[in-house]
Amino acid sequence: MRRILAGAACAIALAVHPLAAFADEIAPADVAFDDMKVTTSLTGVPGNPEEGAKAFANRGLGNCLACHALEALSKEQFHGDVAPTLDGVADRWSPEELRAIIVDAKQVFTEETMMPGFYSLNVGLNVRKDLVGKTVLTAQQVEDVVAFLATLKE
Amino acid sequence: MERISLAAGTALCLLLTGLAVERAFGEPVDDTLEIDGVPMITRAAAPEGHPFDEVLSGWLFREAETRATQEDSFENPGMLAVERGGEIWETVDGSMGKSCASCHDDAAVSMKDVGATYPKWDADAQRPINVELQIDKCRVENMGAEPYKFDDAEQVALTAFVKHQSLGKPLAIDLTQGELQTWWEKGKDVYYTRTGQLNFACASCHEASMGKYIRADHLSQGQVNGFPTYRFNTAGMVSLHNRFRGCIRDTRAEMPKAFSDELMALEVYVTWRGTGLSVETPAVRQ
Ligand code: HEC
Ligand code: HEC
Repeated sequence: MRRILAGAACAIALAVHPLAAFADEIAPADVAFDDMKVTTSLTGVPGNPEEGAKAFANRGLGNCLACHALEALSKEQFHGDVAPTLDGVADRWSPEELRAIIVDAKQVFTEETMMPGFYSLNVGLNVRKDLVGKTVLTAQQVEDVVAFLATLKE
Repeated sequence: MERISLAAGTALCLLLTGLAVERAFGEPVDDTLEIDGVPMITRAAAPEGHPFDEVLSGWLFREAETRATQEDSFENPGMLAVERGGEIWETVDGSMGKSCASCHDDAAVSMKDVGATYPKWDADAQRPINVELQIDKCRVENMGAEPYKFDDAEQVALTAFVKHQSLGKPLAIDLTQGELQTWWEKGKDVYYTRTGQLNFACASCHEASMGKYIRADHLSQGQVNGFPTYRFNTAGMVSLHNRFRGCIRDTRAEMPKAFSDELMALEVYVTWRGTGLSVETPAVRQ
């Protein structure tokens, strides 16, 4: 009994604290952009496309559907049309470019782009107090979303 | 971004018709609005220096059912707030034994231009004054009553009643009063300043993306001419500064206080951006 409890506690601790993922994590300010690409994985842990699809659609996370429509997620309601549809996006951009776009779209498109930076601290004024110094997505969520987008080939 | 909670009918309609129809109706509608036989100006030539050629009422961007509800005063739930405001207008309050009507008599006469010409310059306070603040000023100075707490139901109802007296009148604020022009400049700065973790300015949504859908929301020009508005979403009235604060919250920024310098400047500027549009108070939104 005791062993089972300890095991469960351990599993919970691991779920809350994925230490392995933190080890090689690149901080937002240290992400290197090179010719519209971010070539190094932010975590060293391969992205999980299923988790990526969830972070993509989740209103509190990527909420990417607020602006982009995507046929592959047509079961989700209400896709916006502020931005290009993302069907076949992997035919247009490499994973390194997709990572750069998600980390900080302003460094890839223009300063004026509507697309928020999802792993950037280069943000607007008066950020809500509890979000100061925080990014919209975690490093691993960015990797997951990149892995998901990389599956979107026509 | 707005949470989705459309009126049941609208939601059902969207579910049944889906994305295709939303897209097909992506443009503001080509329709005219008449309320109680009074024609509303929902499209007007923009004033000089405006980023658009034409200013458009938010009514043109709403679903058919929402538009129809506003067209019919008996159907418009916002009219209950207007009626309530009419009662408050007649009710004595404060230490001086007066009501609004004691000084201003028939609102249909004395208030007929107010909704179209505020904010004005308040020479005493040396800052702009809007209808809510003018009501408070009268309450304190002329009635011996307390100012309202922000968004007190009475404040919203009385503001709706006063602005409704200008139904149909085109917005025309006079920026030559006092230092209003300086506040207009300040408001313009606020309008184009990106805020919050999501890094949006008012202009990101209401200028650069006007007419597009952001998730389920059809982005209008963010005009003020229908405030306070009735919203199905919350089944209640929404004041202008509440709406401003909500939009700023959606950028994941701290919200400025209602009637703060920042939001008063924004009210001056955004009201100017709607110059020529009819006052539609109380407009109906989803
Ligand atoms: C508020 C609007 C908005 C949100 C939210 C948003 N984007 Fe974008 N995105 C844009 C815009 C606008 C562009 C087009 C570039 C431009 O014109 O600035 C774009 C472009 C892109 C592109 C390039 C598309 C192409 O075909 O060239 C990708 C990839 C992308 N976004 C991914 C994402 C992902 C993934 C998310 C969520 C994590 C996301 N976007 C969230 C507005 C948005
Ligand atoms: C992230 C997008 C976004 C930003 C940024 C934003 N708004 Fe909005 N705003 C909306 C949406 C969505 C609505 C509801 C649909 C509509 O009328 O456009 C709305 C509605 C409004 C309305 C009500 C319009 C009507 O006819 O009922 C006003 C006024 C307004 N916004 C002003 C502003 C101002 C001023 C700012 C900047 C301080 C701002 N908004 C920033 C998304 C935004």
